Amino acid sequence: MEFAELIKTPRVDGVVLRRPFLPTVEGTLCLTGHHLILSSRQDNTEELWLLHANIDAIEKRFVGSLGTIIVKCKDLRVIQLDIPGMEECLNIASSIEVLSTLDSVSLMYPLFYRPMFQVIEDGWKSFLPEDAFKDLESMTEEWRLSDVNKDYSVCSSYPPLVAVPKDVDDDTLRKAAAFRHGGRFPVLSYYHKKNGMVMMRSGQPLTGTNGRRCKEDEKLINATLRAGKRGYIIDTRTVSVAQQAKARGGGFESEANYPQWRRIHKAIERSSILQESLIKLVEACNDQSHSMDRWLSKLEASNWQTHVKEILTTACLAAQCIDREGASVLVHGTEGTDSTLQVTSLAQIILDPACRTIQGFQALVEREWLQAGHPFQQRCSQSAYSNSKPRCEAPVFLLFLDCVWQILRQFPCSFQFSQHFLVLLFEHTYASQFGTFMGNSASERSKLNLSQKTVSLWSWVNRPQEVERLSNPLYEANCLVIWPSVAPQSLLLWEGVFLRWKRSSRCLDEAYDEMVHIIQYNKELQNKVNNLRRQLAQLETEEPLLQTP
Amino acid sequence: MEHILTPKVEEVKLLDRYTAKKPAIGTLYLTATHLIFVETSCHIRKETWMLHHLIATVEKLPLTAMGCPLHISCKNFHVAHFVISSERDCQNVHQSLVRLSQPGKVEELYAFLYNPKQDEDERRNGWGFIDSAMDFKRMGLPNEFWEMTDLNKNYELCSTYHSELGIPKTASKGTVFGSAKFRSRGRIPTLSYYHKESNAAICRCSQPLSGLSARCVEDEEMLQAISRANPKSTFMYVVDTRPKLNAMANRAAGKGYENEDNYSNICFQFVGIENIHVMRNSLQKLLEVCAMKSPTMSDYLTGLENSGWLRHIKAVMDAGVFLAKAVAEDKASVLVHCSDGWDRTAQVCSLASILLDPFYRTIKGLMVLIEKEWISMGHKFTQRCGHVDGDPKEVSPVFTQFIECLWNLMEQYPCGFEYNEKYLLEIHNHVYSCQFGNFIGNCQREREEMRLYERTFSVWPFLWENRHQYRNPLHKCSLGREVLRPSTLPLNFKFWCGMYNHFDKGMQPKQSILDHLLTITQKKAEGEKKMTDLQILAVMDGVLADQGSPTGTPPEQTSLSPVSVSHTAENAKPLMNGAAVEEAEIELVPTAGSEKMEPVAIEN
Repeated sequence: MEFAELIKTPRVDGVVLRRPFLPTVEGTLCLTGHHLILSSRQDNTEELWLLHANIDAIEKRFVGSLGTIIVKCKDLRVIQLDIPGMEECLNIASSIEVLSTLDSVSLMYPLFYRPMFQVIEDGWKSFLPEDAFKDLESMTEEWRLSDVNKDYSVCSSYPPLVAVPKDVDDDTLRKAAAFRHGGRFPVLSYYHKKNGMVMMRSGQPLTGTNGRRCKEDEKLINATLRAGKRGYIIDTRTVSVAQQAKARGGGFESEANYPQWRRIHKAIERSSILQESLIKLVEACNDQSHSMDRWLSKLEASNWQTHVKEILTTACLAAQCIDREGASVLVHGTEGTDSTLQVTSLAQIILDPACRTIQGFQALVEREWLQAGHPFQQRCSQSAYSNSKPRCEAPVFLLFLDCVWQILRQFPCSFQFSQHFLVLLFEHTYASQFGTFMGNSASERSKLNLSQKTVSLWSWVNRPQEVERLSNPLYEANCLVIWPSVAPQSLLLWEGVFLRWKRSSRCLDEAYDEMVHIIQYNKELQNKVNNLRRQLAQLETEEPLLQTP
Repeated sequence: MEHILTPKVEEVKLLDRYTAKKPAIGTLYLTATHLIFVETSCHIRKETWMLHHLIATVEKLPLTAMGCPLHISCKNFHVAHFVISSERDCQNVHQSLVRLSQPGKVEELYAFLYNPKQDEDERRNGWGFIDSAMDFKRMGLPNEFWEMTDLNKNYELCSTYHSELGIPKTASKGTVFGSAKFRSRGRIPTLSYYHKESNAAICRCSQPLSGLSARCVEDEEMLQAISRANPKSTFMYVVDTRPKLNAMANRAAGKGYENEDNYSNICFQFVGIENIHVMRNSLQKLLEVCAMKSPTMSDYLTGLENSGWLRHIKAVMDAGVFLAKAVAEDKASVLVHCSDGWDRTAQVCSLASILLDPFYRTIKGLMVLIEKEWISMGHKFTQRCGHVDGDPKEVSPVFTQFIECLWNLMEQYPCGFEYNEKYLLEIHNHVYSCQFGNFIGNCQREREEMRLYERTFSVWPFLWENRHQYRNPLHKCSLGREVLRPSTLPLNFKFWCGMYNHFDKGMQPKQSILDHLLTITQKKAEGEKKMTDLQILAVMDGVLADQGSPTGTPPEQTSLSPVSVSHTAENAKPLMNGAAVEEAEIELVPTAGSEKMEPVAIEN
């Protein structure tokens, strides 16, 4: 199929573009295979380059022969195009509709994108599991890297290499995998250097209604406990949801079969509910009504903040078990690809200062989300405006980013990156020129040969100018565990994403620039003072030498 | 002191209100002015001080296994739950605090005891530090259209107004006195803010005694005179800040609002801010939300909505924005009133002034504004803050709401204000603490009768001295004369955790950007001084030549370069936001906050 067949009208003149808080632009609209472009063809006015993949929904309106297309984007922006001529408008609209909903992976933009920047370090090779394991090996000898999944046959959503207890052989792993949802047997997620405690994650055990058990599974997780120590199993579902799962072959670890483990149930919602919540939240934010009661009740009814609180609370619990109780933890929900990853990755942000650096956060996303098999493509194919019925879409990763932002807001000096980085990741999970978030698992990405055919987002992010843009000027390395407050008063709506297009950011941007300026100025001043001081000191030591030839 | 039945109780527990953490154990002291809890269970000496006058309620709960609970909540939203082992001790502490927190007469307030060791001259200068009359000069008064009059010098015209009032030049004495008879409590239309750029003015007054049909020629003339003082505009707004229903109900009682038919060229408008009783109940509900023990997000948001608090804050802000827009964009004068014109009117006029005039966004400017629109125009601080034992129905968080609106503005304009959040909290604290005399009394006349200026001290010089703490490091003067046009969409209003949960440190961000930047500003001042010193030394040593020799110049020369080699030390001061000279003078000596002020202690 050629893109040209889908583009009935490739060019329209005299189109007016209206965007929130920007001057309107009149110019020529062009459709290409992957972009909607509007250019005034004047040097100093900004052009619009919009990826079709970023378009979530469109609306058409007509007044006489003037057509209007409202374009609603996955990054939550809403723009308006006034197009003269009814036929042109209809053609453009139908082309956009088709181009923005293409299902075929082979037509996706990252496969066509050629970088306009020099790749210094190939992001596809930046975070290899082998390298991550080297760090672990330097701390402990109790773990090994298994290639039991090298051809993705044991677990289709796991990477080829996973870290498991040294004493457990691959055969045991295979048997344990058969007992876990999606073959997701317990693997190492995080090793807490301070006390040697670990966090593992998995899918639910397939106990079913008749309480099936699996000796190998028990052996596998018990192998992570020190003699006489108890561990915690954090089930991200409520007891009743976990009970219901039994009827579908799932379930949870019973006390009888896992006597060394204490199970705690939390209440993180399933993905379909999260998607509904996002839609309601965005609807509330777009409501132009001036009624305070209406806003607060819509915000409450969306339940978004409830999810943020629940996820953060669960992550704190996991971190507490490890750091305060000195116990190892196993985290799972149902599949182990959504709420599980929210909890394990946030717990690491809390516990491990390395995850709060720009590189470390990328490594975390790579390890705990991409390699761990979060189905990005399914979850992010629609956003809050889409009119089609959600299938597997859910803002699981967005909620994770929101929680990170909440911690960042409470510890504004402890992160090497600013919220810009989080917003950037949000944007690229939904629409991107990079291949990083394509596919649903390591195996899918490998089949598509993405590391050869596309550019990695990390290649872009790790260039010095981008690193600087994403850096937090307030950052001062903080090696402590950071405990966020989860009181409702302490959790705010993430304005940087949800109110971004609702109000002008001029004043906030200005404040940010001013802050950067103050910090930068002070740094340079201190440098100069030190330099001058050093020169003076040098002079004083040199002088006597000069005088005694 | 005769009211202190038990000056010291040992083995008292201070509970953590939100978590199940172990309570702190310590000793509770009652002094003449403060309740002090000294923790003995931890290694570092930790003290909690509560000024008696700040205590809003003190409640003794039924005896439990742990002991006898005593719940104290303060007007600055500090809440403490103590448990005292002996019921009799608890009873004594309770009884003492009830008496101490509710002085029978004004003279018992802290301000009359407080002595910062200043002599009479300093005291007098302190009271002269802020002069609201000067502010009218700053606005350009007297001018062609407006003048200051002393018609109220003996408070005969209006007992609750200041003695000096700004009125239109064309209003005769007869008009003024006639109008006073037609306005509730004689609170005539008088100038609040004059906008030089447009000639439009904001005036304030109380409701007219129009009843169902009464009219008053002098009052109509008075409004005419205000309207004429802005010759370029063909009309003026009359804004009644009350909900229409309330205003109509007042008509039956012989009061009410202006009939558009009787006044020429007025555009009449209701803006619907609720009365003091609604606001008091709303705050009560808000505080209940804040006090909830581990609420769900849903409990919290529903509670927030049901309290109506943010709705009221938005209503006040909307009214302020309406006024500012009328003046700056329509270039029309506005007359504002509510019922008596000392609550909602004060809120709305002072907010509009801040939106219109960057002077009020400075540290000193806010002092002037509070002095002018609140203190001298008769906001009844003693009654609204419940300083002394009195009618609880007169208490209302009117001033708190104003401060909160200001905070919301600062959130939208982080570079627009010279002051920071701490300044607002400190002012709010002093309004209730009565450590200084400024906020005692209900009007100017009362203050004179109490001889406050001889018996107490003014808070303004005290705040001014500590101004380095209250500075907003992000403030940019470059915003110039810009009129602020904040968005008042509901999503812009946030719950003010820094105010209502100020004492619950666990809920605040654990690292403060403000503190961080304040430290940097301080370091910057030190660095600049050091740089100057080193340069003098360098020139003397010959490392730096007097004239542009590159020897020994610091390697990087950026545009930010704080010093240029060819300059002498005197003019080498860097310019940053044009405020460099002031920055360098920042005092680095930390001064104790009000809570830590020496109590006029009596020994146990």
